[in-house]
Amino acid sequence: MKYRPITAESDTRDHLVVIGNGMAGCRAVEELLARDPSRFRITIFGAEPRVNYNRIMLSPVLAGEKEFGDIIINDADWYASNGIALVTGDPVVAIDRSAKTVTTRSGLVERYDRLLIATGSNPFIIPVPGKDLPGVIAFRDMDDVNAMLAAADAGKNRGGGAAVVIGGGLLGLEAAHGLSLRGMKVTVLHLMPTLMERQLDEAAGWLLKQALEARGQTILTGADTAEIVGEMKVEGVKLKDGTLIPADLVVMAVGIRPSTQLARDAGLAVGRGIQVDDHMVTSDPAVLAVGECVEHDGQVYGLVAPLWDMCRSLADGLVDKPTGYRGSVTSTKLKVSGIDVFSAGDFSGGDDCEDIVLRDASRGIYKRVVLRDDRVVGAVLYGDTADGNWYFDLLKTQEDVSALRDILIFGQAFAFGGGRADPKAAVAALSDDAEICGCNGVTKGQVVSSIAKGAHSLDAVRSSCKASASCGSCTGLVETLLALTLGDEVRSGPKTLCKCTSFGHDDVRREIIAQGMRSIPEVMQKLHWATPDGCASCRPALNYYLLCALPGAYQDDQQSRFVNERLHANIQKDGTYSVVPRMWGGITSPAELRAIADVVEKFSAPMVKVTGGQRLDIFGIKKEDLPAVWADLNAAGMVSGHAYGKALRTVKTCVGSEWCRFGTQDSTGLGVKIERMSWGSWMPHKFKIAVSGCPRNCAEATIKDFGIVCVDSGYELHVGGNGGIHVRATDLLCKVASEQEAMDYCAAFIQLYREEARYLERTAPWIERVGLDYVKARLVEDDAGREALRARFLVSQSFSQDDPWAQRAEGAEAEHHAPMARFTPQEELA
Amino acid sequence: MTTAEWLDIGWVDQIPVRGSRTVKVEGGDDIALFRTAEGKIFALRDRCPHKHGRLSQGIVHGGAVACPLHNWRISLATGEALGEDKGCTPTVPVKIDGGRVLLCRASTLRAAA
Repeated sequence: MKYRPITAESDTRDHLVVIGNGMAGCRAVEELLARDPSRFRITIFGAEPRVNYNRIMLSPVLAGEKEFGDIIINDADWYASNGIALVTGDPVVAIDRSAKTVTTRSGLVERYDRLLIATGSNPFIIPVPGKDLPGVIAFRDMDDVNAMLAAADAGKNRGGGAAVVIGGGLLGLEAAHGLSLRGMKVTVLHLMPTLMERQLDEAAGWLLKQALEARGQTILTGADTAEIVGEMKVEGVKLKDGTLIPADLVVMAVGIRPSTQLARDAGLAVGRGIQVDDHMVTSDPAVLAVGECVEHDGQVYGLVAPLWDMCRSLADGLVDKPTGYRGSVTSTKLKVSGIDVFSAGDFSGGDDCEDIVLRDASRGIYKRVVLRDDRVVGAVLYGDTADGNWYFDLLKTQEDVSALRDILIFGQAFAFGGGRADPKAAVAALSDDAEICGCNGVTKGQVVSSIAKGAHSLDAVRSSCKASASCGSCTGLVETLLALTLGDEVRSGPKTLCKCTSFGHDDVRREIIAQGMRSIPEVMQKLHWATPDGCASCRPALNYYLLCALPGAYQDDQQSRFVNERLHANIQKDGTYSVVPRMWGGITSPAELRAIADVVEKFSAPMVKVTGGQRLDIFGIKKEDLPAVWADLNAAGMVSGHAYGKALRTVKTCVGSEWCRFGTQDSTGLGVKIERMSWGSWMPHKFKIAVSGCPRNCAEATIKDFGIVCVDSGYELHVGGNGGIHVRATDLLCKVASEQEAMDYCAAFIQLYREEARYLERTAPWIERVGLDYVKARLVEDDAGREALRARFLVSQSFSQDDPWAQRAEGAEAEHHAPMARFTPQEELA
Repeated sequence: MTTAEWLDIGWVDQIPVRGSRTVKVEGGDDIALFRTAEGKIFALRDRCPHKHGRLSQGIVHGGAVACPLHNWRISLATGEALGEDKGCTPTVPVKIDGGRVLLCRASTLRAAA
């Protein structure tokens, strides 16, 4: 990216130059802006050619659970709107402390008043022969992920390539997991006898190894790499014991080293990292440093949590309200879906320590809490990590836990309520410093303060303090904090779609369109569904939302439809079905009646009944007979009546001016036209229409979703009525002069309802929710908007007016109807 | 292959993913076969313990099926009603052999009876 100075010459503010566009550099700037948005003119230099992203979420990207766009922390707009100049793809190569300038690779020189070094760390590449061969990479940035994805893709054509991951620590195992999911045969080489030995004890390391091997990975512990072999590119890895493992890709994930070269060259004090004081100031008062590149009090950190603490102290110092960084206690979570591992503190044990251990082999659970002087000093959790934050909090606060000693291992819920604890009380008991969102380093105190400042919904919290905005695993905690902080107020927020998600109906629909999602699994993935394949509530809703958003392009998921819509008939309590053929406007003919009578007799239907919507309903049809019934009805020219669907049901009419002495218009003819226009459309809920020929309203148009009452001067259009448990009479939308206008308004109204009502919300509650004025504004006062809605409805209809019965009668989806096998005892299978 | 202990029903692929097919048992209730998103196959008597709804017509999600009549959720592995509801539908052991679905003959007869 080219350098774009965006500040005027007249800007006399101190110039803060940041080297490093990663998590530490940007977080430090965010913390600074939160304290004083105008104190500094800011320029950020980044070596990577992209905006700031969440590096710890690279593993989910590799695993295919997220895309790059999902892990961007700050997009280009953020830099622009905060007046920050960003230089990417042009790394700083020198610092001149006496002239107070930095120089980039391309030769650009920039003067600073304060300099912040946030260069992070470099992957450690073990010095073995072959380490520079093409195909040997680290796992550090998006380029590495892209290289891994390319290798996995190339392997696909050959039935899956082979990858060797050197290093069985956190990063190595996440890389191995992602590559394995991408179809590669993965071998993990680990020098030590157990995996993740710095974070896990031997028992947990063993459980982890078992679980990974069960997923098809080969794990070699005590494996010492001698050489990476290959001619033009990597071909394999040779161990010191002579074993040769073929590989198309080698990922080095043995550790990281603080990136200190730039600081060292500039003459700053450097030990293992760039040495800083409690305010992140280096040996030069004008130069600060933060993140993985620094050494504080003899400690170097390679995890994300200390970085948040450092950035807070750094920003406090920059605005002259120093607080001071005191070091961090760290915890670790492995991001391998389905394998939950957590560790924190010191678990090496010792004579002065007490171990409390719980194992549940059948559930694959291992928990160990280490105490010293009645205080938690370490914890290792495998299989059930729900209490990780609680133990970590106890560890950080160094609270005396002697009163909880006996029940500590059973977790917080048990400790605070004997098995049926109130989860709210548990969250309320957390200290303000307790970390809620690990991905973005947000504490309970910060979430509560965001809520207090007006973030009264999950979405608002996500956008104001970023808690729950990345991986979503803390959504439940944030919701509990909302409930605790706001009390009853939070209930007025939108309900979630179902228990599988923290999003409401409207959020889901908005995101489907905004992100161009095209399938149910994609929605569930991108919106962090809590269940693998949803439930009977969300699947039909998502199927509808996608169908509505993508007319003609969406592949309807039959397994996400209720049985009636899958079989195009109404299930009855005995498992048989009822079948309702369409009768346009309620008009029938001798031929149709004859065909219906024949079907009733041929299939021995026990009952045939006139419905409330002026149709005939044939009861007691067996599932396997349905295609034959439809074939017979089709032959007489009849199609599906959709009496089973969240769809247009019927258009009920009276006889109108053609016969009735009171009739003012041709209500029957208009009803037929409207039914021809709107049949077959899927909707949030069932939808009924009626046309009455005069204000006597024999067709009961004023308790329909859309009702037309003909008068001498034209057509009154009514909306939002229904019968049912809570009868609601319609509201008058408007009056129009012609049949064509009545039909146009009808189409536009249906489309507005289709696009904006929530699944299973009929027009009556929808209109009560959004208000009649809103509907009028969209349909009556906005001619262009109405016409656009009508046009979208007609486009959608061009794809949906296919008689489902005709397709089934011709044999489509026969598996829905015929049994898979028949078994007659005493004989073999038919 | 059908043997004295096992009934060969057909190919696994004949059951839609997150869907169900039935086996008609002469003189008894149908057996419903389910295939989950993870590819596991289960068999239950095709009757909800509540009001005898056809479980084969329900929506399959996770390891459960929602009955089409009143939305009871039934565990495919145990036949037990989940959540607040109480009741159980007999299960039939299933074996997959070379892509074929095999049902335990004795349990099929018991469950269908």
